Amino acid sequence: MNRKRKLGRGVAMVGAGMSRFGMFEDKDSKDLFATAFQEMIASVDKGVDLNDIDALYLGNFTNDFFVHQSHWGAIIADTIGHVPKPATRTEGACASSAIAFREGVFAIASGFYDIVLVGGVEDMSKRSTADVAEGLALAAVPYERKSGFTFPGVFGAIATAYFDRYGASREDLMNVTIKSHNNAPLNPRAQYRVSIADIMANKIERAKSQGEPVPEWIGEKDFLRDPKVNPVVAWPMHLFDCCPISDGASCILLVGEEIAKNFTDDPLHVVGIGQGSGRGLHAADDLTYFEATRYAAREAYEMAGIGPEDIQCAEVHDCFSVAEILHIEDLGFFKPGEGYKAVEDGATRLDGPMPINTSGGLKCKGHPVGATGTAQLFEIWEQLRHKAGKRQVPIKDLRIGAAHNLGGTGGTCTFTILERR
Amino acid sequence: MSDYWFEQFLSEGKLMGSKCMECGALFAPPRRICMKCHSDKMEWAEMKGMGSLAAFTCIHIAPPSMLEEGYDRNNPYCTGAITLDEGPRVVARIEEVDTLNPESIAIGTRLEVKFLHQGTDRNLGTVLAFRPLQVANAD
Repeated sequence: MNRKRKLGRGVAMVGAGMSRFGMFEDKDSKDLFATAFQEMIASVDKGVDLNDIDALYLGNFTNDFFVHQSHWGAIIADTIGHVPKPATRTEGACASSAIAFREGVFAIASGFYDIVLVGGVEDMSKRSTADVAEGLALAAVPYERKSGFTFPGVFGAIATAYFDRYGASREDLMNVTIKSHNNAPLNPRAQYRVSIADIMANKIERAKSQGEPVPEWIGEKDFLRDPKVNPVVAWPMHLFDCCPISDGASCILLVGEEIAKNFTDDPLHVVGIGQGSGRGLHAADDLTYFEATRYAAREAYEMAGIGPEDIQCAEVHDCFSVAEILHIEDLGFFKPGEGYKAVEDGATRLDGPMPINTSGGLKCKGHPVGATGTAQLFEIWEQLRHKAGKRQVPIKDLRIGAAHNLGGTGGTCTFTILERR
Repeated sequence: MSDYWFEQFLSEGKLMGSKCMECGALFAPPRRICMKCHSDKMEWAEMKGMGSLAAFTCIHIAPPSMLEEGYDRNNPYCTGAITLDEGPRVVARIEEVDTLNPESIAIGTRLEVKFLHQGTDRNLGTVLAFRPLQVANAD
């Protein structure tokens, strides 16, 4: 493959941290980012002098709406003692921090800065679910809002188009949910660290102890078919197809490649970065894929000089179960219409040939929207450096991982490829 | 040519799009700049209001604006994407379908436009909707 794009200067990732994701009454954006920042500092093998950090790029979607406060670049710069150095907020809906990462890469590649902190934060749980849904809908396109679409609704509609085109069904989406829930208990930072089997056992135990009728589910799919535990949100999206409301923060330390050795002997190299834009349901090329993802992937693969077959593990933006299936097709891991079969065959499991969302994904790890992009890259950082503990991908010579982040209804998509050398 | 005028036309019971005078591409809702050839020479083009269901969802957990209309988990509403006979795709509410039995709703169903006039307030305006083609109207 011809390398169409390259950085003016190589960029390496030498540290990463994230807070636990969840709904925290007693933690705000400053607390959450401070935790991620402290974790990042501890992750830099040879240490970092915080006075050397040249700039901060911070992804945040809409704390303006969620906590009635904007201008988070400067607030977080103050929180971590970065003032008076520059801080810039980036916004691309749920892809806000992947864009912060990209801007940080460009700032270093240009030669202007040497050491840049990138990250993201979102504080969503302080408002009602209806309010959060309204806040998230700010990222839809205006025609969708006017038609009464919610986010689960947009992805539900995409699912009906995908089902019709390829013969998949709701049963196929359940495989994504079950897989994500199997990975999450292995991730100490995940919001829901529980498998579907464990949820079933807990509910049965509780019914017995309270003398209530004991549910008789035959297997995980039978549980997911039960409308009492898995009600419709926006057909065909049910509760267990949807990611939760979350608070959280994540951050990454980027440096010029030639100085990476001052920080660690084991950096990750940014070998591919892509970003694309999309148009909403009314004007999209097609309803069974995201053109922005395909564009971002092409850009990143061309820059890296590799193809999808070279990616060994990936985090993809599974805001809804069906989204994971579209992404693994759009990124080229599986052919269009075959993603759902690959999931059913176990190809995307932790021990499968193409592990997807080893973190538990947005579904179980949580989705504080502005923090998600760099949190996905945090997972790849842990996997490629063999620091992922019980969820470590069992692939020998694990070298190349990638993360795909999506904003809005596909309006902004990014794809980032990291390499351990 | 803007969303303001698109909505004005909706309130008059017209589904208007735009046609590129350079390359002939059609768009609905209207665009000022052609998505295909980037020309800014656009003219209004009225859509007949017939199409097929391309994608849909039945929403049980409704946003505040739809709760106000009386929809909730016991009374879900349907919204979707419709491919117009002229080519463009629009998003709109889908009326007169069994939202509690979504498996009865089929992709490809023939639809006709229906304008939901919700008042003169600009924030209410007219909502674009479609319903299954009425047999009496089929020719």
